[in-house]
Amino acid sequence: MGLHKRPVAVVAALAISGLGLVACGESSGSGDTIELTIAQNAIAGGKNARSAGHLADWVIPKFVEAQKAKGKDVTVKFVPSGVDDEQYKTKLSLDLKSGKGADVIDIDGIWAGEFAEAGYIKPLADVVGPEAESWDGWAQIPEAVQGLATYNDKKYALPVGTDGRVLYFNKTLFGKAGLPADWQPKSWQEVLDAGAKLKSSGVPVPIQINAGTAMGEATSMQGVLPLLAGAGGELQRDSKWIGAAQPLKDALGLYQKIYGGGLGDPKLQQEAKGRDKSFQQFAEGKIGILMEGDYFWRGVVNPTDGVAKMADRDEVVGYTKIPAMEPGKGVRGQDFVSMSGGALRTVNPNSKHPKEAFELLAFTLSPEALKEETKDGNVRITPRTDVNKEILAGQPLLTYISDEVLPLTAFRPPVAVYPQVSAALQEATAAVVSGKTPDEAAADYQRKLEGIVGGAGNIAS
Amino acid sequence: MAQATSPPEARDDAPARRYSVDAAGLGRLRAGAFVAPALALITVFLVFPALWVIYLGLMNYRLTGVEAVNPKIVGADNFIKAISDPAFWDSTWLTFQFVLGSAVIGQVVLGFSIAWMLRDRRGTLKSVVEGLVILAWILPGAVVAFLWVALLDRDSGTLNALLGIPGFPWLLDHPMLSIIIFNTWRGTAFSMMLYGAALGNVPPSHLESARLAGASGWQQLRDVVFPHIRGHILTNLLLISLWTFNDFSPFLLTAGGPDGKSEVLAVHVYKVALQGGDLGYGAAISTIILLINLVVAVFYLRLLRSKK
Repeated sequence: MGLHKRPVAVVAALAISGLGLVACGESSGSGDTIELTIAQNAIAGGKNARSAGHLADWVIPKFVEAQKAKGKDVTVKFVPSGVDDEQYKTKLSLDLKSGKGADVIDIDGIWAGEFAEAGYIKPLADVVGPEAESWDGWAQIPEAVQGLATYNDKKYALPVGTDGRVLYFNKTLFGKAGLPADWQPKSWQEVLDAGAKLKSSGVPVPIQINAGTAMGEATSMQGVLPLLAGAGGELQRDSKWIGAAQPLKDALGLYQKIYGGGLGDPKLQQEAKGRDKSFQQFAEGKIGILMEGDYFWRGVVNPTDGVAKMADRDEVVGYTKIPAMEPGKGVRGQDFVSMSGGALRTVNPNSKHPKEAFELLAFTLSPEALKEETKDGNVRITPRTDVNKEILAGQPLLTYISDEVLPLTAFRPPVAVYPQVSAALQEATAAVVSGKTPDEAAADYQRKLEGIVGGAGNIAS
Repeated sequence: MAQATSPPEARDDAPARRYSVDAAGLGRLRAGAFVAPALALITVFLVFPALWVIYLGLMNYRLTGVEAVNPKIVGADNFIKAISDPAFWDSTWLTFQFVLGSAVIGQVVLGFSIAWMLRDRRGTLKSVVEGLVILAWILPGAVVAFLWVALLDRDSGTLNALLGIPGFPWLLDHPMLSIIIFNTWRGTAFSMMLYGAALGNVPPSHLESARLAGASGWQQLRDVVFPHIRGHILTNLLLISLWTFNDFSPFLLTAGGPDGKSEVLAVHVYKVALQGGDLGYGAAISTIILLINLVVAVFYLRLLRSKK
């Protein structure tokens, strides 16, 4: 029921008075003060609360102070969000499309291509000037991580960090099922066998590997893409897309074994808040094995400020590399696989003060800001090797990911149509979880892929 | 909500014409000046956006990517894609179920029943019932959606706790039933108030005569009440059908899921255009929705105008 049919005149009157208010708001900025805004998908008391706190309590006051010392009167406002990444992306692209948005914005690395093509973000050298290219932090950032921020050989942003994916498991449940606490499966079959043992010991959800469209990109990154890599497949090779090939069918086949065989909860893949629920259930000891990124360790089961805290995380939660289908069958002949992504931070091309905005941006990625951000158990893999060396010491999971997982990881194709391809992959997993065969789902994927990438000519036969 | 609660009666124009075409004596020019502001607003806020949507529907315009800056005219491709896409027809069929179930059956029947049962009552009972029904209507959508999610959640929902069936996934196993009941609950107030007012217009003497003649309750309704409020019924059906057809609030409960099983057209457009970024295709679907709305409106208006 939409109660929204107010008489036109009322709507018009509201709209006109709204325009008046906007006009007033814009004229009130005073001449000397430079006003900057910074936006992230983080909010106090909710998603990424630590980042929100770090910005509000440390970055902004310190930056304002430093600028004041240089004789500039700067105020900085933080624009928080606490929503799913897809919704944040929609909001951000609408902001940028209409020539608005915060001066400094965070985006997911995989959006860089489509945002750049649309002109929503521009090369830093064009927006800011030569100081962006000569930023002293570049020397500390590994090539692969710089690649996240590069599109068509131009740097569009500064990388905020990177991540890797592992299998998490609950050691308490493993103990009850007679499985080892230092579990390291070497093939998919060993994962399924462990799932069967967990099931017979009474674990409600032995294995959770994200599937379906409701989880969005989480299904791709913590689900079908690591499995595809484990079966030796890729989305794209030599600029040709790969359709319904055997690796995709193998990956979808594993979904069928898990969700058709009662080892996973198919309903969880359909719920609007399914991923949040999977976090909750893992923390409550209802899920045995869960494929997730290091965010899960840092931001979800973190005993101090996770969204699903586990007080005994360090003792109970085990982690291990994701095995290939069989040893040596993974992408590039690997035994183990992972996927990586990473956020970017850039200056909005619509910014009225791009120089100052870049100073703020660079300040958030300075060694002292990163050290402050990652202290007190909030460690993540930063883009800077100088900082990582210092902060990852004594962090078993992150050291494990940095040393063992990142060398064998893979990245998504950095092209503008990737998000549409990813959505088609998510639909394929959804189809398998709700009963279609992997062959049918793969054929559907191939058909959608042809529509997305511009015909069968762009697909490897 | 400033809705017109008095229906445009199906009246004959003939008697009015007998007196004067220009009853107020304004003259063509001044009358035109009075109407002009309203027409200008309608043009700016209704006609222009509608034409703009049709125009966008002819392009491969996207929210991001190269087509966001350089959209190309693709002709009727988007429309052909829509009518050959099973997902579009699924959504249309779900929308039809949603309108039929929650508006035409749910809200009208429930709204009329409450109005009929309360018609001669005064005092606390009437105030409480009306108050509760209207409360469901005036609460903000986000608040209401949160309450219903808390009610229907499969793990910790109130309904499952009351029924003693923890884990029953209402929103997953019966998504359409859930949003139909939700929308019936949410929107009954409008029909109830409209019928309440309409029933007040039925002359008590007619009902009295019918009762004396030995008419049963149903016969009184059919032969005395319905002919009197026919215009109200049709106007009400017209309004709530259109509102429900374009309603977005099911998104707040099920987000169109699971796997599109409750993806009514309004939600489908949102997913295609804003989440999927395909603004051109979304505009094409919006145009088709506009056409369906026009057909529905014309159908009801013809019924209203036809002889009793």
